[in-house]
Amino acid sequence: MLIFVIRRLAVSIPVLIGITAILFVMLNVVPGDPVALMMKEHASADVIERLRAQMHLDDPLITRYLRFLWDALHGDLGMSIKLNRSVTSLILTAFPATLLLAGCAAAVSWIVGIPAGILSAVRRDSLLDNFFMGFSLLGVSMPIFWSALLMQYIFALKLKWLPVSGFYGWKYLILPAVVLGWSSAGVIARLTRSSLLEVMRHDYIRTARAKGLREVRVISRHALKNALIPVVTIMAIQVATLLSGAVITEAIFGIPGVGRISVNAIQSRDMPLLQGSVLFATALVILGNLIADILYSVLDPRIRSEMKRDV
Amino acid sequence: MISRTDTILSVRELRTEFRGGRGNVRVLDDISFDVGRGRIVGLVGESGSGKSMTALSLMGLVPRPQGQVSAKSILLDGTDLATLSPDGMRRIRGNEISMVFQEPMTSLNPVRRIWDQVGEPLAVHHGLGRRAIRDRVLEMFELVGIPEPKARLEAYPHELSGGLRQRAMIAMGLICEPKLLIADEPTTALDVTTQSQILKLMLDLRDRVGTAIIMITHDLGIIAEMCDEVNVMYAGQIVEQADVFDLFERPSHPYTRGLLASIPKAGAARATKRMPSIPGMVPNLAKLPPGCRFGPRCGDAMPVCEQPPGLAGLGRGHVARCWLHASSPATCAEGAAS
Amino acid sequence: MSMPVESVIVGSTPETIEEASFLGDSLRAFRRNRMAMAGLAFVVLLVLSTIFVPWISPHDPYRVALDEQLLPASATYWLGTDNFGRDVLTRILYGARISLVVGIVPSLLSLMIGTVLGILSGYFGGRTDFTVMRLADMMIAFPSLLLAMVVMYTLGANLLNIFLALALVGWAGVARVVRAQTLALKQKEFIEAAHAGGTSRPTIMLRHIFPNVVPTLIVLFSLSIPEAIMWESSLSFLGVGVQPPEASWGLLVAKGKEYLFQAPLVAISPGIAILLTVLAFNFIGDGLRDALDPSMKD
Repeated sequence: MLIFVIRRLAVSIPVLIGITAILFVMLNVVPGDPVALMMKEHASADVIERLRAQMHLDDPLITRYLRFLWDALHGDLGMSIKLNRSVTSLILTAFPATLLLAGCAAAVSWIVGIPAGILSAVRRDSLLDNFFMGFSLLGVSMPIFWSALLMQYIFALKLKWLPVSGFYGWKYLILPAVVLGWSSAGVIARLTRSSLLEVMRHDYIRTARAKGLREVRVISRHALKNALIPVVTIMAIQVATLLSGAVITEAIFGIPGVGRISVNAIQSRDMPLLQGSVLFATALVILGNLIADILYSVLDPRIRSEMKRDV
Repeated sequence: MISRTDTILSVRELRTEFRGGRGNVRVLDDISFDVGRGRIVGLVGESGSGKSMTALSLMGLVPRPQGQVSAKSILLDGTDLATLSPDGMRRIRGNEISMVFQEPMTSLNPVRRIWDQVGEPLAVHHGLGRRAIRDRVLEMFELVGIPEPKARLEAYPHELSGGLRQRAMIAMGLICEPKLLIADEPTTALDVTTQSQILKLMLDLRDRVGTAIIMITHDLGIIAEMCDEVNVMYAGQIVEQADVFDLFERPSHPYTRGLLASIPKAGAARATKRMPSIPGMVPNLAKLPPGCRFGPRCGDAMPVCEQPPGLAGLGRGHVARCWLHASSPATCAEGAAS
Repeated sequence: MSMPVESVIVGSTPETIEEASFLGDSLRAFRRNRMAMAGLAFVVLLVLSTIFVPWISPHDPYRVALDEQLLPASATYWLGTDNFGRDVLTRILYGARISLVVGIVPSLLSLMIGTVLGILSGYFGGRTDFTVMRLADMMIAFPSLLLAMVVMYTLGANLLNIFLALALVGWAGVARVVRAQTLALKQKEFIEAAHAGGTSRPTIMLRHIFPNVVPTLIVLFSLSIPEAIMWESSLSFLGVGVQPPEASWGLLVAKGKEYLFQAPLVAISPGIAILLTVLAFNFIGDGLRDALDPSMKD
């Protein structure tokens, strides 16, 4: 198992390095002088000169990239130009808020999505099925920024049940988590449903029925574990989706997370901060992929023994 | 209601229909046969003839609500299965009748351990605990000849060969000591050597445990080797019913004759000579010919074959659904259609 | 010992007949799908009204009327007016032009890139495959919105760059699907026969493999349009997409959110337009998938 994890990590590292390279090139080959662009007309020539030297902008690109990589490996993502603080510390300060938001949203999506998917599959084509599938289709088809505004309008402005925005306690987390979780819940419910329906067609389900099991037991003991294997693997995709969604949700609900940092970084043209926060988010996605792969192998004995054979 | 006779299963006028967009399709029509205690009865026919559907109907496994099963009676050792509630039928299933399927590769759950799956009927029908179940599964593994049975208990299905999986399936089928085991093409998916081992095992088990077996196959060779009695099925009906020796000695339905003629003889030059086969195709059950269902493919068809034939008795319990024999008085006409 | 009866049943249909009836069947299957037809009707209606909006609507989308700010819905202004006194419905219909173009152009771009790389990757395998697929892995590991934001940051916020950013986000998924299909096709007899017959590799890819992935491409295209519309509206909402005075739906929601309390319709109604359009395209896509390529289901 450990060997598998290590090997899987070894595959992730080149991907991460490749991503840093793409990101670095995209952000550093900006047409025009990046420092002048960042500072607009406010800075004097001398400040620009100092900044250029500080950022080693006159070195060749490859040297700069390698230095960036080396520093990033040591946890140093550079200095924010506008906030004059280290990017690493800015991100680490903001991360708990994002983690809390994404975690709650993921919880919402799983707690709602999986049971809804199971019920839909079991009561296929019933009113309940149509209701759940309609709701999840709505979740997938609504832009997050819009459903966020709609919820804000209804629950905060009109009904005044919940605060509009800010981040001062669990009440402030409900709307953002529901908004962010809804779209994921839709994806999960649909996947759970189709996966369970697919599994129910297998021969071993007929075998289970032939043993005289109650339908509940057929589903819970024989179908569910098989059906949830693909659902688990989309956790990886979910990490990416939730992080994309968190950017918007944090912006609308005023949550001081990593997503809002990156939006602010764009608006203030703070290149190192943008670079750092995107890199951080991408590393999280890769970590999510890794965890999903490991879970997959834990759940499916066929994959497990394949791994044993390979090692 | 309890009448202890030598007959363990007695099926009368079993009909199964499927509701479809364009009306109902009757996939089984007027199926009547008996299975004697400890006997092996064969159901033989092409794919689509309804032999697997017969098994599923007896097991109560026909998918509802599209599938509808009705019968005058299905007596299993005195209990009429046709009158049981779905839950009553569930209690019988896997307990008093069990089934072994064609595909040992896909019929076992890939993510659960073998002993757990094989022993599950005991948990469901007899409420046994894990310890007791494991011990019983071990006994069954020894009975069905699984080598190193102890080590195999914890295995997952993919870690076993096809032959071993089918042995495990048979162990699962017999674990509650059922009165009847239905084996649906149990060896079709296996290689030839394993095939004969599994068949030998089943014969052996019948002798030792005394379970009656319904053997479903398309292979007349297996019928000859295994069965005491045979039902030949065609397009959802039983077209000929006989003792196995009698059937091979005097096949009476033209369809049965065709089947027998199409068995390649050992030593015959297969590559050069075309094997004789029955011309035409199995009819679509939604568009059956009005008369004899085999009529359009039959070399002996007569004008009267435009009318549906009944079962005609040929003596010694041998019956055939064919106008060729209609002159002789029906002796086993219980299931005869109009 | 087995009976050979089953072999009698096997028949084969000539390929030409199969192809013709495949198209016909697909068309019929699509037409029977009520949701897909409703989606198609909505899209056609939307396209027509965006084209003819200058003649349909009595309002000028850019005319500022400060005495008519944030009016509620009325017979004159069906969805009310925004903070500059402009008719919300007319603004939405003009905004639809951008949203539809942004739905289509980047989808076409990512489809082209993805198809070429996917076929090359699947057909040649080896190092080509490895390079392309690792590149695709990287693209998929990026959270899409952040990747698009970085591109917009670097290249500047305008329509052309939105096309590029969304194409960059979308191609990797297409390439993966096309590669998988190419791998499967490569095993087929007719490709091997073409090989044996001495057909050149570019010809095989163009004449034999490409036509067979077209149904999949059509489905991918119809499903990537709503996705692109969603991403564009998100970018514009965050201020790194379409810039004023142009107005896409995302931007309309962003501008309207300041007045959410006084005039909720200004922010809410462009969102409904996005929702309906995305739903319509998704229904069309699902219908096409079921009609053309049932194997792609989930």
